[in-house]
Amino acid sequence: MRIGVVTFPGSLDDRDAARAVRIAGGEPIALWHADVDLQGVDAVVLPGGFSYGDYLRCGAISRFAPAMDSIITAAGRGLPVLGICNGFQILCESHLLPGALTRNAGLHFVCRDQELEIANASTPWTRDYEAGQRIVVPLKNGEGRYQADTATLDALEAEGRVIAYYSDLNPNGSQRDIAGICNEAGNVVGLMPHPEHAVEDLTGPGVDGLGFFTSILTHLASGGSLAGAPQGANA
Amino acid sequence: MARVVVDVMLKPEILDPQGRAVMGALGRLGLTGVSSVRQGKRFELEVEGEVDEDLSERLHEIAASLLSNPVIEDYEIYEEGDEVACDCDDCTCEPAGVVDIDVPTVAEKA
Repeated sequence: MRIGVVTFPGSLDDRDAARAVRIAGGEPIALWHADVDLQGVDAVVLPGGFSYGDYLRCGAISRFAPAMDSIITAAGRGLPVLGICNGFQILCESHLLPGALTRNAGLHFVCRDQELEIANASTPWTRDYEAGQRIVVPLKNGEGRYQADTATLDALEAEGRVIAYYSDLNPNGSQRDIAGICNEAGNVVGLMPHPEHAVEDLTGPGVDGLGFFTSILTHLASGGSLAGAPQGANA
Repeated sequence: MARVVVDVMLKPEILDPQGRAVMGALGRLGLTGVSSVRQGKRFELEVEGEVDEDLSERLHEIAASLLSNPVIEDYEIYEEGDEVACDCDDCTCEPAGVVDIDVPTVAEKA
């Protein structure tokens, strides 16, 4: 299984994302932001970091990268895409996911081992977890406060499109403790914390993050259909 | 040459922690009577030649897609020096009125 990891100018977690793919048993494929060619990958990870220095708004400039044109088109056809941290911000700026990530309520950059509750274990990126399962992965962001209008928040929760909540505490003031969401079809997932930093006991708080990367391999091995999409999905 | 200004502000309902931090500093500096501070961005675009209808339309597209995020922000666009800002229906433009605030010179203070 070939999982693409896109490097933007200023990405910093692309190598850890590739390593997580490898540890999970997949083949990471390095993709470059300026290339429209996705090299036929089976899924894409948009990694964390500070693409374009986070100038203008986080993810605002990356959204217009040539690779993103291809990814936006492919995601519309069902290509699984996982955006982590800055990747989540890029997905929101691309309008592949609703809402926006804004400055932390407390203004401080927050770096901690964060407990999450997996709320939707049926997306291609979360199917190896169980709904309600608590996991601990690192969180590190300055602009991670998830923000959307009330109608959008209601729809996300009603349709099972919140994939993870902050559970021990809300680190950044995210509305309704939202840590991650997915699109209507379920193939595009955005998550603020960093599962790719929790795939080996030696270098993280545990291996709780590995499930995101084994999930996508399980999904692809089973034929890659979106049958497990959240309720309300019409894809 | 014309200078087109795009002001971008967080929507009123969006929490602005940066503005709040500035507000806190005002209090520590002894300034009272300010009830709120909101922080935004200002872009100045130097345009060659006149701003015609086509360019104006294109500038609005850019302001609404790149310079601001309509999910969380509003923008205003106007030519600097304009008494009246653009007359389109797409933005929250208002006349670019200028308020002069007299700042005492060092000599006057002393």
